[in-house]
Parts: sequence; C-alpha cells; structure tokens
Amino acid sequence: MQSPPSEADSLIELRDVTKIYGHGDAEVRALGGVSLRIARGEFVAIIGASGSGKSTCMNVIGCLDRPTGGSYQFRGVEVAELDLDQLALLRRHYIGFVFQGFNLLARTTALENVELPLVYKRVPAAERRERALEALRAVGLDGREHHAPSELSGGQQQRVAIARAIVSDPSIVLADEPTGNLDTARKAEIMRLLIDLNRSRGITVVMVTHEPDIARWARRIIEFRDGLVLRDETNEATEA
Amino acid sequence: MWIATIFMALRELRRNVMRSALTTLGIVIGVASVIAMVTLGRSATARVTQDIASLGQNMLMVFPGSDRRGPVSVAATPFRMDDVRAIEKEVGDLATVAPTSSKSELIVYGNANHTTAVYGATNTFFVVRSLKIQRGRDFSDAELAGGNPACVLGETVRKELFGMQEALDSSIRVGAVACRVVGILEAKGQNTFGQDQDDFIVMPLTTLQRRLAGNSDIGMMYVSVAEEKAIARTKARIQNLLRDRRRIQPGQTDDFNVQDTKEIAKTVSSVTGVLTALLGAVAAVSLLVGGIGIMNIMLVAVTERTREIGIRLSIGALASEVLMQFLVESIMLCTLGGVIGVSLGLLGSYGATRALSMPFEVDPVIVLVAFFFSAAIGIAFGYLPARKAARLNPIEALRHE
Repeated sequence: MQSPPSEADSLIELRDVTKIYGHGDAEVRALGGVSLRIARGEFVAIIGASGSGKSTCMNVIGCLDRPTGGSYQFRGVEVAELDLDQLALLRRHYIGFVFQGFNLLARTTALENVELPLVYKRVPAAERRERALEALRAVGLDGREHHAPSELSGGQQQRVAIARAIVSDPSIVLADEPTGNLDTARKAEIMRLLIDLNRSRGITVVMVTHEPDIARWARRIIEFRDGLVLRDETNEATEA
Repeated sequence: MWIATIFMALRELRRNVMRSALTTLGIVIGVASVIAMVTLGRSATARVTQDIASLGQNMLMVFPGSDRRGPVSVAATPFRMDDVRAIEKEVGDLATVAPTSSKSELIVYGNANHTTAVYGATNTFFVVRSLKIQRGRDFSDAELAGGNPACVLGETVRKELFGMQEALDSSIRVGAVACRVVGILEAKGQNTFGQDQDDFIVMPLTTLQRRLAGNSDIGMMYVSVAEEKAIARTKARIQNLLRDRRRIQPGQTDDFNVQDTKEIAKTVSSVTGVLTALLGAVAAVSLLVGGIGIMNIMLVAVTERTREIGIRLSIGALASEVLMQFLVESIMLCTLGGVIGVSLGLLGSYGATRALSMPFEVDPVIVLVAFFFSAAIGIAFGYLPARKAARLNPIEALRHE
C-alpha cells in the first residue's frame, strides 16, 4: 500500500488542466479539467480508449504541449508560463521519451542514437560515448552498439529507445504505448526493463497504453474517459 | 555546439552521399562555369593585349579612309611617296616610317600554288612589325630602288610551296612576276582570333607598285615614334600635315585615320571585357539555378525528415538548433560544391588556355567571390527549408509517417 505522495515529493502536479484544440464550432475539448499528482519514483499507467484524452495529457506532462487552462507544475515550475525554448530545455534536462514506433534515427548506429540527447546537453564527446555505452549495457544491448536500427529486432530497437531516454538521467521517462508494436514475449521483456529501471534508478515512469494487460504491470493506474480522470487507483497486484 | 552541429551535418550528408552529390552538382557546375568563363575571358584579353603589343611599341598606323565605322566609305585616296617623305621631314620625334601596300596574289612554285597576301614594303617594315628573318636576308638598296623581283616568305607560304625542299634562292611566280626568294621569316603562329600570322610574303614596295599593282599608291603607313610621351603630339602633327596635304577644309572630317596601338589594345580589350562579363553573367545564372536546386532538395529533405526533426525536438533540441542544423547542412553542401567547382573551373580553363596557347590568367578575386557566393547561396536558399524544419510542432512531427 502506497502512501499518498506528499507535497514535497510531487514531481508532476496538474490542477484543473484543460486543453482545447480549434475554435468555435470546430472546438475540441481534449482535456476537460484534469487534476492529478505524480510523485518521484512512481510507476504510473494511463489507460483509456482512443480519444479519451490520455495522449493529450501525456503531451502536456511531457512538455510537448502547453495546457489551455489550469495549472501544471513540473518540478515546481509553472509550465503554462514557459515559452517554447524553455519547454525544450525542460525536456532536454528532465524528460526521456519512449514511443510506440521506437522513433530512432535511421541509418544511425544504436550508439549514436543514444548519444543524441547528450549532444544537445553539450556533454563532451568522450563522456558522451561512455554514458551511451553504459545506458546500452543497462538495457542489455552490449555488443550491438554499432548496429543501425534496421539491423535490430523490434524489441532491441525499443531497448535502444529506452537507453536513449535514460542516458541523460532524466527525472521522468514518458512511454507512449511502448509495447504497441511488439509481440507478447517482447512486451514482457520491455515492461520488465522499465520496472527494473524504475526500481534500481528511481526513475519515475509514466506510461500510456490501451492494453489492460500492460497497465497491470504498473503500481498505479489512471483511467481517462472523455478528457477526464475516470479512475485513479493503486494496483495491489502488479505482475512484477 | 558549433563543432557538434557541423559534425551532425557532415554525418547527415554522408548518410545520403548520392543525394548530396546530385544536390551540389548544380553549384559545382555554376561555380565551375563562372570561374572558367571569367578566367578564359581574362586570358583572352591578356593574349589580345600581348598580340597588339607585339605589333610594336609606340606605334601609329595611318590608313586612308575615314574613322567612321559601318559601311566602308567611298574609295579613299591612297597615300603617295611624297606623303611619306613629308612626314619624315616635317614631323619630329620619329624613329621610322614604314610605308606599305598590299595585294592578294596567287603564288606558284612547280606544281604547288597558294594564294596569299603580298606586302610591298621597305626594310623598316620588318622592324615595325617585329618580323625576324630566320634565314637569308632582307632587301638590298638596289632591289628597293630598282623594283627588282625579290621576296621574303612567311613560314606558311614556304611550307605550302616548298615543303621539305630548300626555298632560298628559288624562283617563284607571284601573279605574273617571276621572283627570287631571298629570305625566310621566323614563324609567329596563330593570333588570338586563330589567324595565321605567317601567311604572307613581302617584296620591295617599288616592285609591288610597278609590277603587280601598276600604280604608285601606298596603302598604309606605320609610324614608329621615338618615345611614348611624344605619341599624342606626333599623332596631332601627322593629322595636321595630312589634312593640309590632302586639302581638307576646316570643319570637314579627315579622309584618313591615325590609330595608335595602345588605343587599339584598349578598344579590343574593352570588347573582350564586355564578352567576359556577359559570359560570366550567363554562368552566374546557372549558379543561381544551382542554388534553387539546393533549396528544392532541402525542402524535400525537411518533409522527408519530419519525423527525425520531431525526435530531435522531443529530445530537447531548440528550434534555433534545428534551424542551425539544416542551415549548416545547406552551407556545407554549397561550399563543398564551391570548392569542387573552383577546382574544376580552374582546371578546365587551364586546359583550354593551353590548347589555345593563351596565357593562363587567374583572377583571385573572382575565385574568392565565387566561393563566398556559393556559401551565401547556401544561407539564402537553405534558410527557408531550415525555418520550415524549425517551426514544426514536435507532436505532429512525431506522428508524421
């Protein structure tokens, strides 16, 4: 049983967040007043049907998008007030992304893919390489550093993506349908890896999925419907 | 970050070697043609100036007929020997006056025949035209005074008529006149315009006048001036003297024309200069087209790489960094093309100048200008695609298929 996160621990705090796309008749209310708090070290699954607002919420949490209304504090910083460059800097230093489609740079080796976030963080080349190799080891890909994505299986590609997400020691890893393109055995592998990283490194993981099986791996499940939080509960019976 | 961006751009260009090469080809061709055109133009100008200088320094050429260009005016009164003597006597600062007259004649030796220009002249002709006698001699006083049939052959005429045979002391037929070969001229080769400068023979002026032309006309005079400073003064004096002798009323235009070689050089090189500028401008258009090619490919590349841009933005790249990345890629493509183009252009024009036996004249300014212009094209035509890339919304870019 997890105690409710205290104010000090909270990494993410949404208060009555709305997100509206379009104007007038074409107006779409993707988020209709969402409030939630995620503490450091949590492993959260966000579930919901498509159009439920879960992806929009993920984009807002990931600082890829700003809320239309309400307040979103990331590490105590009010995100709604930041400009695009400041959002990019937040992503650069504190957020790692894992996507359903892996989103690796084609014709670029695993090592170079993992090094990319460190390039933008101005980490010197030698240290960059060392940290990228370490991250690839952490996801169990030693020996594959110089393979291009096309030479790796789907599961391996997603491991490279995870290595890229954790290489800059982010506060949070956001995973958008991380297992969506994988078979059952690979799904379990990836989930185990994410949980392992969550436990051993204390990285907060927020994962969006539409598969209940996958959500069950998480300690906390938040369900969205029609742009609102329908259910937010701690999962007693995690599979890990 | 600058170095990292340049490396990133290099890696990107290497990832698409074929496309990079084809993209930059336009710039390569553009820069190469600008360089080649301008270099060839300059070399041609240098060659023309050289040719004209080889006509002799401080020289005036006096022609009958007005200076008016276009349709040639009515047959102008030729000069007489009296005019030559008057100039020699009354105009100071002279080195020599070389009167000449010319006629085109068929020349026959044995079975060989050749039509060429026949110059009637005195020995001063060889001096003012910088003609060297390779073998044999120039005309003796007796030959000049008596109108004896003697001639000096240009190399082309010698080759046409005699080939491997000895020409000196042979007798050839010039028109209807049998004529002894007393000298052979050193070969001068072709001039800038591809004209053979060895295709003529020279005989004493009196011989040409009496035996071939049947008159005592003088077609033109070369007047060599003692020193450069005196050219303008001498030119004016000759003009006044000839106006006087030819009874030209004040207000009437001259029916003769005094040109100095410097003036001719200036006119000709201004013409080649205009040609160079024109060719250079045409070449510059191809450079512009190359730039548009770059922009085109970069725009396609931005669309094609939308997802990559999305990845970079989500990882935390600033819009300005994405802009810089694409801009640097475009600049590198263009400068690379510029370097290759400059090398190709110089190489090509070097080959061409050798083939046309022209001096190889490189203008370092135009090389630098072409190079920096190609870099500028990279910035100008790379900016639009780069801005398009930088303005992408990361969420939509990631979703792009």
